[in-house]
Amino acid sequence: MRNLYFFIIGIAFGIIMIKSEAASWFRIFEMFNFESFHMYGIIGSAIATGFTGNYFIKKLNLKDLNNNKIQFKIKENTYRRYIIGGSIFGLGWALVGACPGPMFVLLGAGFYSILIVIFSAVIGTLIYGILKEKLPH
Amino acid sequence: MDLILSSWPWYISGPLISMIMFLLIFNGKTFGVSSNLRTICSICGGDKLSIFFKIKVKDHMWNLIFIFGSVIGGFIGFNFLSQSKSVEISDKTKIILESYGIESFKNDYIPTELFHIENLGINNLAILIIGGFLIGFGTRYAGGCTSGHAITGLSQFQVGSLYAVIGFFLGGLTMTHLVFPFLFL
Repeated sequence: MRNLYFFIIGIAFGIIMIKSEAASWFRIFEMFNFESFHMYGIIGSAIATGFTGNYFIKKLNLKDLNNNKIQFKIKENTYRRYIIGGSIFGLGWALVGACPGPMFVLLGAGFYSILIVIFSAVIGTLIYGILKEKLPH
Repeated sequence: MDLILSSWPWYISGPLISMIMFLLIFNGKTFGVSSNLRTICSICGGDKLSIFFKIKVKDHMWNLIFIFGSVIGGFIGFNFLSQSKSVEISDKTKIILESYGIESFKNDYIPTELFHIENLGINNLAILIIGGFLIGFGTRYAGGCTSGHAITGLSQFQVGSLYAVIGFFLGGLTMTHLVFPFLFL
């Protein structure tokens, strides 16, 4: 049953990515050219509503469906891995115009060449995992 | 119905994305798509190459199911819920694209000049492979992508996520303004 739930949320996510055009290379290109508010509006309003919800989760000590208190993991107190890793991701994001979510959504939409991107992304993750201890974090 | 079939405005799309995040949070999960790439590595035997991939795949199954759902969602959204396949980008963006010789925005959702199977020469193949590699390597290095850092992290005021998003833009702006002119002009 739980699996069906995640499957349905996934379907909703895929539809939202297509319909918001966030899965379009053109929208990402436009965003990095600062030629439209659209993508900034999407990310900004997602953060704003997300922040409001998180505020009430903390304020009201809300529990999840498994009856566990909802807690937010604090991310590591460093900046190197975020700036370096983030920049590497950003280069790829702009180049193929898709982040990890939209990659899979585009596959469903029938753009089969995105399989090459997905495959390379898995290889990229694998190489990171192998080199992890040698990289500055 | 027209409202659903046309492109969704940002003030609808953004809150819907955070709704996805909350639907996952209330199930004891977090919204982070790129973790799936790590899980896929583990399934394919990556645990023999690095302890980084020694994870309990079972604990991450829900996320793979989520991403499988999003493939189906992409199919439904694109084939049944879209009147036009083109994207409503601004006129200025169109002018820049035309100067790069990219015209497919008139009819297509993503540039066929880059992605169409028939156009998959050495150059495009290199773009897709290098782009994918940078995404996979970078997201895991940064510990998350747009969903995990820009949406989840920033909505929790996580400082690390702010650095990551600054990185996303450093990389994205470099690619768009310093590399694209070499690639397309």
